[in-house]
Parts: sequence; structure tokens; C-alpha cells
Amino acid sequence: MADNERVPTVIADDAHIIYKIVGAIGTNQNSPLSAFKRVLTRTNSANIREVHAVKGVSFVAYRGEAIGLIGSNGSGKSTLLRAVAGLLPVAKGAIFAAGQPSLLGVNAALMADLSGERNVELGCLAMGMSPSEVKARTKEIIDFSGINERGDFASLPMRTYSSGMGARLRFSIAAAKQHDVLLIDEALATGDAKFRRRSEARVRELRAQAGTVFLVSHSEQTIRDTCERAIWLESGSIRADGPTEDVLKEYETFSKK
Amino acid sequence: MPETAVADAATGVSPRELARRHGLTSSGRLLGPVEYSRQLWGYRHFIGAHARAKTASALGTTNLGTLWQVLTPAINALVYYIIFGVVIGTGGGMKNFIPYLCIGVFVFGFTQTTVSQGMNAITSNLGLIRALHFPRASLPLSVALVEIRNFITAMGVLVVIVLISGEPITLEWLLILPIMLLQMLFNMGMALGGARLGSKMRDIKQLIPFIMRFWMYGSAVLYPVTRFTDHLQGWKLHLVEANPMLVFIELYRHALMEDIQLAGSPRLLWTEAIIWAAVISVGGFLYFWRGEKGYGRG
Repeated sequence: MADNERVPTVIADDAHIIYKIVGAIGTNQNSPLSAFKRVLTRTNSANIREVHAVKGVSFVAYRGEAIGLIGSNGSGKSTLLRAVAGLLPVAKGAIFAAGQPSLLGVNAALMADLSGERNVELGCLAMGMSPSEVKARTKEIIDFSGINERGDFASLPMRTYSSGMGARLRFSIAAAKQHDVLLIDEALATGDAKFRRRSEARVRELRAQAGTVFLVSHSEQTIRDTCERAIWLESGSIRADGPTEDVLKEYETFSKK
Repeated sequence: MPETAVADAATGVSPRELARRHGLTSSGRLLGPVEYSRQLWGYRHFIGAHARAKTASALGTTNLGTLWQVLTPAINALVYYIIFGVVIGTGGGMKNFIPYLCIGVFVFGFTQTTVSQGMNAITSNLGLIRALHFPRASLPLSVALVEIRNFITAMGVLVVIVLISGEPITLEWLLILPIMLLQMLFNMGMALGGARLGSKMRDIKQLIPFIMRFWMYGSAVLYPVTRFTDHLQGWKLHLVEANPMLVFIELYRHALMEDIQLAGSPRLLWTEAIIWAAVISVGGFLYFWRGEKGYGRG
């Protein structure tokens, strides 16, 4: 193995991520009196709770790798991706990355009251494209998303879209840009079979240009098809890290229990 | 066993060292203020588009749509006219009190809405912040831009009110432009500072209405500024008259109206306005920039 030729693109060094949740008031703590008591006794923990989502994760990702992140719901996969993208601060440890990693998710918030077209414009500008670039790409993005297949939906507000259409549009916007390190969060699971084929092709294209691809998915088939390495996260720590087949086998025996 | 972990253990290089050797940067790195403002400038089209989008989505569900941009300030002025001009008469025999009052209400309202909207700029856009990369200062600046647009429309209404009340158009009216520029800078600083404050200390938002009302009563909006000179002296008077909102309002009145009594000489007011605009815009920007990497947590 030519180790000295492998270039790392993402390095996580004992990374911890903690969510601080404000307003998680428990039962029996809703009255002004109990709030006053909390202030007096300085126990504000009732109102601010901490969720330790990722607990000391370390790994090195190299250029040209496609890494699948697996694990049960709430195991910290999406949180880890957000931290790699620099969208969430790490509480302890560090995450280093080459260039600016981009997160491609289905949750990217768009404005529900605006038309699809305006959302495309806004999303592209937020990703740092120039207005002329945006103008040139808008049609392509809308065609790719396929929202106009049943009439002119691009000019209707996004709140009128079905959830699948919304997710397709968001994916199309995010996939319009080239990325050094690409982080994909469940995006391939959205939409119908036709759109899925199209988006998988697009991801392969992006992967060819990108250095490293991270993929979060609950579909083992997708992970098998696109990734040669897998990381299994369980309650915030790494359970296994290695070739996809081995890790998936371990994960399967675990989840069948 | 994962091959990569074996490889690293074999070479015995710490992750930190490896990252340094290959020029990887920490994802949460903070840019310098100059570099940051340059990046922000690159996002000016996003700021504009976001502001347009917000106006459109706020008024999109109403029947009259953008007509409300004109109707809101006009109705606002009407309410104050009826209460203070007709019913109570706080003008105290001052001639042409209505435009005097309207200028105060409109100018103060401009800063007031910018501050209260700016406080929410981060907390109401967490989805966008957690999904995409862009300089976060774009959000409070887009809020400021929305309010600037609304204020320009409101100025149109205000000019009509002032003209109806019988004030002549003079060359001094041109002074409105530099005053507006100064107040815009001031408001941007307030929106930036408020956005970080609002995202850090959410309790503050509950206090904002009271703070703003207190500020309004101290800015000679609803009564002539001469009430201060009648009742206060010495350092107390100076303190009250250094209030930035009072300064801005007085400058607008000076520009739009003939022979009214000001809080101080125009030269003093201009100096104060320039200092306030510079201090608040730079201070607000630096304060917001320091927190850049913390937005989106929680």
C-alpha cells in the first residue's frame, strides 16, 4: 500500500459535539414560580439541556474515497456531517478539512412562501454563485429536479409542493455546485425511482470531481453501490471503520438482535 | 481492522500534525475582519435577494400586497395625528406640530423595526444557517436592507405630509440624503449587534419592547424637544441630548421644516450623528464578527 502518496482530506481528532437546547422545559416546571425558584437556586439546567450527540470521534479520510456513514436513528451521523461541513461548532477536539466541505442535504431550508424559481436563485446565491452564473443555471436546475413535469410548478410557492418535490428541488440546487469534499445526507433516498437514478448519476459525477464523498444513508444497497469504506456510528462513537462489506456485516448482526 | 487506522498508527503521526502537514484547516476557522468583509461583499447579491424574498413572502399572502408598504406608514401617521394632534395636543401651542410629530414617529420607527427584526435575524434563520455556508452577517444586513426599502417608501409618504402641512420646499431638503445614509449605517450596526445579542441571550428579546418604548419617550418623538431644555440642566440635559435617535430626528426636522427650535446647533448635531454612525456601525460589525463561528449552535 502506497501510504505516503495518500492525501488526507478530512481529519477528525477526538471530536465532541454537544447541542445546547434552550426551552426544553420539563413537566411541573411551567409556572412562573418554578422559573423564579430556578433563578434563585441557580439551577438553570432545567431550561437548558445538553445533548452529547458525538462523543470523541477520530478518523482520517483520504482523497478519492467514498465513505458511507451508517448507524441507527439518532446515532449522530447527520450531526457529524454538519460538523465536518463547519456548520456546527465542535465542543472539544477538532475537525480539519481541505477547502470548504459542502453539505448536500434534504433539510436545506428554503423559503416556503417563495416560488421554486426564486428559491433556486436564493439557494445558488447563498452557495456563492454570481448572479450571471445563477441566471445561466436556473433552467438546468429546475429541469434536473423535474418539478415542471406536471405543469408549471416552478412559479408556484414552495408550500404548494409535495414533500418529494420539495426534496428534489433542494437536492438539485445543492448538486449544482462543484465541491472539494462532498457530504451527502440521505439525499439519494428522496424522490421516485426515476429521480433516484438521475441523482445517483449526478453523485458519481460530483464524486469524480470531488476529493472525498461522505454519504449518510439507511439504504444498505446505496452504501454498497457507492462506497468502498464505511464508518458505523452508534450513540455518538465509532463502532467500526473499514471496508464496506465487513462493517455492514457487523452492523447487520447488531441490528438483527 | 480499518486499514487507515493501521497506517496512521504505524507512522505514529498525530492527527493534528498530519492535518498541518497537508495544509488542512479547521472547519471552524474564523477569518480576519478585513477578509470577512471582503467575503461579505462577495455575497451582496445574496443579501439583496434575501431581502427581496423576505419582503415578498411577508406581504405575499395579503390581497393588497406591496401597497401595504405605503399604507402602513400612512395609517401609522394617521393614528398619531388623531391621538396626539387632535385629542391630547402635546404640541403645546407649537405651530405645525403634525409634520414635527410624523418625522419623529417615522424616523424612530425605522430604527425600532430594524433593531427588533435584527434581534431575530439569526434565531429565525437557523435552518438556513445549518444547511449552507455564507457569511452570517448577510442575515442582519438583509434585515437592515428590508427596513431601508420600507423607510424610503415611508419617506415618500412623509414628504407628502410635510408638504400638505404647508412647509416650503427648500435646498435644505437635500440634507435628508446624508442623514439617511448616517442613520442607515447606525441601523446596520444595531442590527448586527442585536443579532448576536439575540442569538446569545434569548431573554433579551422579551425586554426589547420596553427598552424601545423607553428610548422613544426619551427621543422627543411625541412632544417638542424644548420640553427637555425647560426641565433639565447641566449634565442631565447633555446626556439626554446626546441620544442618537434624538440627534437623527432633530436633523430630519431641521432639513424638512422651517424655523423650528432644535436641541442644539446643527453643527453639533451633525458631529454627534457622524460619531454615532461610525461607532455603532464599526462596533456592531466587530461584535457580530467575533461570534461568527458560534451561530447555529443549539
